[in-house]
This record gives sequence, structure tokens and C-alpha cells, in this order.
Amino acid sequence: MTKRIVILGGGTGGTLTANRLRKAISPHEAEIVVIDQNNQHIYQPGLLFIPFGMATLEEIVRPRSRQLHSGIEFRETAIDHVDIQADQVYLSDGSSLGYDVLIIGTGAVLQPEETEGLVGPGWMKNVFTFYDPEGAVALHQALDAFTGGRVAVNVVDMPIKCPVAPLEFCFLADWYFHERGIRDKVDLIYVTPLDGAFTKPVASKALGQLLSQKSIEVITEYNTGQVDEEKGRLISYDGREVPYDIAVMIPAHGGSPYIGRSEGLGDELNFLPTDKHTLQTTVKPNIFALGDAAGVPTSKAGSVSHFEGEIIVENVTRFLSGKSLDASFDGHSNCFIESGFHKALLIDFDYDTEPLPGHYPTEVGMPLLKESHLNHLGKLMFQSFYWHSLLPGRDIPGIGSSMPTHGKHFEALEHS
Amino acid sequence: MPTVTYAGTDVVVNDEGFFENPEAWTPDMAPEIAQNLGIDTLTDRHWQVINFMRQEYLAKGTAPSVRALGKTSGVEVKELYQLFPKGPAKLAAMIAGIPKPIGCI
Repeated sequence: MTKRIVILGGGTGGTLTANRLRKAISPHEAEIVVIDQNNQHIYQPGLLFIPFGMATLEEIVRPRSRQLHSGIEFRETAIDHVDIQADQVYLSDGSSLGYDVLIIGTGAVLQPEETEGLVGPGWMKNVFTFYDPEGAVALHQALDAFTGGRVAVNVVDMPIKCPVAPLEFCFLADWYFHERGIRDKVDLIYVTPLDGAFTKPVASKALGQLLSQKSIEVITEYNTGQVDEEKGRLISYDGREVPYDIAVMIPAHGGSPYIGRSEGLGDELNFLPTDKHTLQTTVKPNIFALGDAAGVPTSKAGSVSHFEGEIIVENVTRFLSGKSLDASFDGHSNCFIESGFHKALLIDFDYDTEPLPGHYPTEVGMPLLKESHLNHLGKLMFQSFYWHSLLPGRDIPGIGSSMPTHGKHFEALEHS
Repeated sequence: MPTVTYAGTDVVVNDEGFFENPEAWTPDMAPEIAQNLGIDTLTDRHWQVINFMRQEYLAKGTAPSVRALGKTSGVEVKELYQLFPKGPAKLAAMIAGIPKPIGCI
């Protein structure tokens, strides 16, 4: 009998998994249904460039349905809840759908309402987020009209999607104001709950130096308790105030709300408790999770979804034929970090290895943890690669899902 | 690794002061650790958070973040900061003898 694989979410992880599964499993064995609440697939790394006029929304959005190969059904509807006991997904259009295997790739949502005062009188006027399309576009208009003052970039809480994006925003803002000839009239302040620029020591040191070189002030261990939008200041739980003229907020993140409505499915932040090596959830054996939705201890980033996709396809295939799962996901993540002035850094890491200097994927590859023009070109080229190779699920020679150790300078750990 | 003495017993901690071996912890060590961190008296509300952190760690292998604590421990985030001013998750984990919460990747 034909089985049914239901994939919740038609973003990076859901799309590339559907396409890879369609190649791995014949339509006679299993039908594949992808469900998403809308038909707009956003190339999320592109959101960073919109506030600076370096990209437009039209350039980074395409129909989700068009990214899925033939033989995959796409249904555009929101999800009401999942009944994990009955293996049924209940949809907002009133219908329901049974599944043999459920793959959850519904990502993370922004929760600005969790911070007192954030969605207040200043929201979308001089308080923005570039983590959604509307905010990125509105911030572009505000930056264009800005003639000087204090710009505070504030990460409210971890985890967030793409933990380096707020740093990239600072670097690009430095460049943008420099190009406009008003850099000396702008104070740039990076306000973070972490104890440094990044979560891991070697990269934190390198990125901290870069912030300092660019005269970007850093305020650490700052837990935002309130945004006072009448007076234009951030207030931390321990009473420290940061005045701003423009606040660029990265709100708290959580999993999709339907997960909270589904009994026994998610954790307290609506992420999925997931085995970090097999990507099978610990709530039920026929439910798998990947990407930002999965509660695994690596970055919430597109590259992670990409590397996870290969393993989840293998494991869903094994699960359907009653075989034991492959526990090989290593938490591999990599990302370009735009640093302005046509340069970028690249970092590459996994569960056990923090981002180190060296080259990727081998000694003769792209420089790691170091500014270069080559990395900037890599970042720009990546969008085309995303639509034409990554989402269709093509294998890329030399880029495997496991983190390469060749080319990394492990001795940097001793000097950190 | 540094060794420190709490409640008359030597324990190994890491450079930041977190227990290397959570099994080495006993409840009578908590008030001394707290005092080193500037918390003079542990109230019932402190203990609710400390016990909750430890239970969560023993059950799941990781300790909750501040936001997760606010949603699940029965003590809201604002009060958590009143109880543990310099960072509730970090301080409560240290007093509870468990590793630093890894909520931040």
C-alpha cells in the first residue's frame, strides 16, 4: 500500500527534503505532501541587504510550489494542530490529513510581543526588525532618511535565526553610513545577551576585534526587559538603559504556534525535542524535525537545514523499510559573515568544533574567520546556488554534510 | 581545573566556577556558593528555581534558558532577575551544581 509522507513547512528544509525524498522513493511507495500557510518562499539571507538598498523584496521571493519537483503535492493552508496519537494533521481549512511519516520544518517565528513595550508606539516608526520582509523594507526607508544619531542593534534572547546576522547588520551599517558621508554623526551600538560578540571563544575574539576596528560599541550580558518607546531607550532587567534614535531589534524566537496547540509535540518554546544525530523527534518515532524548528544544539541557519536534509532523507527511507537509523548528523553549520566594503568572513563548525581559522573545504579553499573579497563574492553567488542547487536537492562535489577537518587550524584553540 | 571547598567537601569546578561533576553537589553546598555570588540568603523562591534547574538538567541533560525558566519554573522572568540579579540561568545553574546552560548557540 502506498504510504504518505507529510512535510510541514515549504521553506529551506521542507523543500530540499521533499525534492530529495522524491528522488529516493518512488511514487508507488509513498506520496509526498508539503503544507505551508502561504506560497512565498523567501531567501532569508537576502533580508539583511534590504535595509541598505542592496536588494529588493522582489529579488528574494519566489513561489514555494515552483521549487517542488513533480510528483510532490503542495497544499497552501495554515496548520491548526497535529494529533500525534492518531497520526493526523488538522488544517485551518477544516480538512485533515493522515500520515505514515511526519517531517516538521516549520521554522521559527518572531515573538516581539514577548518583550514589554516592544510592539508599542515606536514599532515600525523608529523601532524595527529586519528579520521579516515588512520590517526590512520599513527600516530601509528609515535609514535612508536618517541624518545622524544613535542606532542600537539589540538581540533580545537566544536562540535566534542566523546568529551572525545582527553582527553583519552592524558591519554593513558602518559601511552604509561611511558611503553616505555621515559615519562620524552616527553612534552604532551592538547590544547582546551574550558575554561577547559570538557564542564560541575563537570566533568571538576575531569578531570582537572587527567590531572594535569599526568603532562599533558593544554592550554585553544585556537582557532586555523593556523597550520604552516614548523616551527611546532599551531597559535591561538589571536596570541598564541604552538610549536610541533607531532601534534594530532581533525579537525573541519560538517555534510555530500550532506546535503549542498540539498535545505532546513541542517543548516550552514550541521547538521539537529531537535526537541531535538522527533528527528523529523524541516525541514519536514517525515524526522527524529539521531546520529552525528542531531543538538541536546547533545554529538555526539554512546551511544546517541543508546538511540535515541529506540525513533526514536517509533516515525516513530507513524508517519506512523498518531499518535502524543512521546517527551521523554532526551539527555541521557554515555561514558567510558580510563585513562591509566588499569583504566577508566565512565560518564553519559543528557540535564539537567551534569556528576556527584556516580554509574551507580544504587547505586551498576559501579563507575561514578572516575578511576577504573572495568570501564576499561567495555570499553574493550563494543566492543563485540556493535556488538552483540547494533547494532542488543536488549534491555538490566537495561539499558534504559532515564538517571537514582538513584546512582547519586547531592550534588556534590553544591561544584562545 | 580549580578545586574549591563547599560545606567541608572538595569539589572540582571549571574556570567559570561550574561543577565539573554534578553528582558531587549536595544541597548544603548551595548557600556557600550563593554567598560567593553575592546572594546572602536563599529563600524558598530561590530554592524553587534551584531545584527546578537541577531536575530539568538531570532529566534532559541541559538546563533551561531564562525564558524557558520563566515559562516553566513557576517564577516569572522579572522575579528571576530579582532573585538572581546577575543572570538567573547562569547563577542558578552554578548554585545547583550543574553545567552552564547551553541555550545560546
